[in-house]
Order: sequence, then C-alpha cells, then structure tokens
Amino acid sequence: MGGSDQPIIKIDKVSKSFGSLNVLNELSFDVEPGEKLALIGPSGSGKTTILRILMTLETIDSGHILVDGEELWHIPGNGGLVPANEKHLHHMREKIGMVFQLFNLFPHMTVLRNVTAAPMLTQNVPKEQAEKRAMALLDMVGLADKADAKPAQLSGGQKQRVAIARALALQPKIMLFDEVTSALDPELVEEVLNVMRRLAEETDMTMLLVTHEMQFARDFADRVLFFDAGRIVEQGPPKEIFSNPQEERTRTFLKKVIAAGHAI
Amino acid sequence: MAEWSGYLFLILKGAVTTVELTVLGCMLAFVMAFLGGLGRLSRHFILRAIATTYIEFFRGTSIFVQLFWAFFVLPLIGIPLSPFLAGTLALGLNIGAYGAEVVRGSILSVPREQNEACTALNFSSWQKMRYIIMPQAFILMLPTFGNNAIELLKGTAVVSLISIADMTFQPQVVRSQTGNTTMPFLTILVLYFLISLVISTSVRGLERRLSQGLDVTKA
Ligand SMILES: Nc1ncnc2c1ncn2[C@@H]1O[C@H](COP(=O)(O)OP(=O)(O)O)[C@@H](O)[C@H]1O
Ligand SMILES: [Mg+2]
Repeated sequence: MGGSDQPIIKIDKVSKSFGSLNVLNELSFDVEPGEKLALIGPSGSGKTTILRILMTLETIDSGHILVDGEELWHIPGNGGLVPANEKHLHHMREKIGMVFQLFNLFPHMTVLRNVTAAPMLTQNVPKEQAEKRAMALLDMVGLADKADAKPAQLSGGQKQRVAIARALALQPKIMLFDEVTSALDPELVEEVLNVMRRLAEETDMTMLLVTHEMQFARDFADRVLFFDAGRIVEQGPPKEIFSNPQEERTRTFLKKVIAAGHAI
Repeated sequence: MAEWSGYLFLILKGAVTTVELTVLGCMLAFVMAFLGGLGRLSRHFILRAIATTYIEFFRGTSIFVQLFWAFFVLPLIGIPLSPFLAGTLALGLNIGAYGAEVVRGSILSVPREQNEACTALNFSSWQKMRYIIMPQAFILMLPTFGNNAIELLKGTAVVSLISIADMTFQPQVVRSQTGNTTMPFLTILVLYFLISLVISTSVRGLERRLSQGLDVTKA
C-alpha cells in the first residue's frame, strides 16, 4: 500500500453522466505522491466533478479509481469487485481532504470547534490534543486570534483559511482545492494563496487544485492538466502549457482568460 | 369578596391543570415531532411509511375525535386511560404530527453544502445529524414550535369535554354557582393570554440565545 513507486491516485477510464449529460468520458490520469497538480479549463468541463468524485461526493458510472493503492469505489466481493459500502468509503476518506469554493464552515460553531470537531469525532483525538493541533494550524493560516470567533464574524478570506485548517486537521495525504479563491473579493485572494504556497513548500501532501488563477497555477503546480468537455486536451509542466501550448483549444482558452483579466 | 377569592382559587386550580396538560402535551409532542420528522427522512421504507401514516392520520382527523377515541374507545379494547392521560395523549400526538412536518422541513432547509462538508470531514451520518445538521435545523424549528405550543395550550380546552377540571371547565362551575358570567370568563381570558405570552417569550429568548453570532446563509 502507498509505496512511493506507484501513483497515489490512479484514475482509470472513469465515466460520469448527469442524466443525459456526459460529463466525464473514459477519463484516465495518474497523480504521483507529493505532486501538485493544477486542473484548468473552461467552466463546465468537469473539473469540479473530478474532485467531487475523489471526495466521494459523486459516484462514478464506470471505470476504476485507485487511491493510495486501494480501490476507491469498489471492494472485493462475489469473486470480483462490487460497489464500495459506507465502511470502505469511510476508510478511504481518511486519506483525502477537500476545500470548497464557498468554504462551507459550520456556522453554529466557533472557529476552533470547526477545526477540532472532525478529529475529535472521527479519529477519537482527545480534546486537548485536538485543540493544540488546531491552534497550531490556525497559527499557520494566521488566524490564531480568531479561535473563539464565529464564522459570520470573519471575512471571506479568513473563512477560507479556516476551512483549509479544518481540512488539514485530519492530516490527509491528499488535499483537493476547488476554486477556493473564486468567491473572494480580489483583495482577499492573496492571503489564501499565500497559505497554499506555504503548504506546497512545507509539506509533501499531494494537492489537486482547480483554479482560474493562472499565475498561481504556474508558480504552484508541478503539472497542469487542461480540460475541455470532460477530457484532458493537453498536459505538462506549467511553463510548457502556459508559454507554449500545443493545442488550439488550450490557446483559445488561455487567450480568453487573459482577456478576462487574469494575468499569466 | 371572600367568596370570590374562593372561586378564583377554583379557577387557578384549573389553570394549574391546564399548565400541566400543556407541559406534558408539549413534551410528548416534542418527542413525536422528532420521531415523525426523522422517520419521514429515514432511508428505510418501513420507518417512512409508519411516520407518514402517523402524520397524515393525526393531521387529517379532528382533535375532538382523537380525544374521544383515547378516552371512550381505548377502554373498550382493554386500554383504560385516566382523563388526564387521555388528554395528554391526544394533544401530544395531535400537535406532534404538525411538529413532525416542521422538523422535516427544517432539516431539509439546512444547505446541502453542510452535508457535503460533513462527508469531506468523514463524519458518520449520525454525527452529521447530531452535531451539524440538527443544531442548525433546531433554530429554524423554534418559531413554529412556539406557535405549536400555543396551539396546544388552546387545544387543552377540549379536555373539559371529558370532564377534566381545567381552566375552561372551572369558570362554568363558578358561573352555575354564582350566576356571574363576566368575571370568571374574563379571568381565564387573561390567564390564557398570560400563559401563551410566557410560551412565546421564552421560545423567542431561546431562539435569540441559540442564534447568537450565527449567520446561516453566509457561513
Ligand atoms: N449534480 C449535478 N447535476 C446535474 N448536472 C451537473 C451536476 N454537477 C455538475 N453538473 C454539470 O456537469 C458539468 C460539469 O460540471 P463541473 O464538474 O462543475 O465543471 P467545472 O468545475 O469544470 O466548471 C456542467 O455542465 C454541470 O452543469
Ligand atoms: Mg467548478
């Protein structure tokens, strides 16, 4: 399990439809342990759906996903593989954390409680230890002084930093970030990106990032995947994708993004 | 005047009965509201069917009929109930059925994103309900719960029909003994109003306390 010689995520011919809308079509790609991956592409191309499938928020119609050497959506049974049960999904979710576009903090809990709730409830971490770890994380995201505040008292950027600390508190191997700055006022974007830069530099976590912040993707990512209509059109190191895209669709997309005011 | 204070005492004794019925009825209604509301949201068909039957039945038949069943019919099938117990049962089950729809609606109106955050943090479905969904839903339930409690208070008047000496029953005794109509009925008018004021004020206070610092839509 989880040897460094095998990919930490292996997506193998995964298809997904919502009703008659085919969102992912036999999608395959691997992610290496510790890799920082940026997923870019036009709206509706299936980027969020991929992250949601990895977080077990959406099911798949066909194909296989291996996370850390284990099937995500399947367990052995009937002499082959059968759909995973809740127990298996619970086990698999231990490996993965997710940060959402709209933060999704728990409004009735203090910032500290938002961060300690999951470790205490799902990993049986004792309160004292959970709070110590939470305070260290809040300190890391620059919000130790907000521990007793309620989410409603925070700015969007602060909320998102709490959400990052909350996900990190479970110590996942893989973190998923879905457009975590796109709901923020422009002046609050940088404080969140700074936290993610630090994470990328100081940890060996595997990070998958869906973003429209091309400049950030360029600095942050080891590899960029450009999606269109549920398929990978082009992938490679950020320098190549951004400076010398090979595909017409990639060029068109990047031009549009630049025209919309996102510098590269 | 000494005589009137005796009658007032009689009415206050009725008021105590009314308050007791209200409190016990509300406790039963509260439990039934959660059982019914959670039952309707259950994954299991059987639980959903039982909850739906309960809710539709008690909302679809009159509280009078339910009371008469509890008091007159149940003894015939070997379940004799005291008038007080029959009254509590009918009131609690009746208002509980309305409360169940409030519980269900409030749980469903907690944003779906809260559920997804719970999944991402690996909460079990019980933990999600207990620590995340229910505390938020409960605040949404409170105003309607307050109204339901006042409905139940007003509903307690029907138990005088099965000869419970409640606050509606006693003034009629006073009236037949003294011939005075205005005073006894004015007294209970004020008393009913005061009790309902206590209910609405405490529910509003609780609501304010629980929703402190909360901004559910922008969390
Ligand atoms: N739960 C859903 N039900 C129906 N359609 C959905 C659902 N989630 C996403 N879609 C559709 O699937 C497509 C891909 O969505 P998404 O993965 O969110 O794209 P992206 O994140 O790249 O913008 C879009 O057309 C979207 O409308
Ligand atoms: Mg998206």
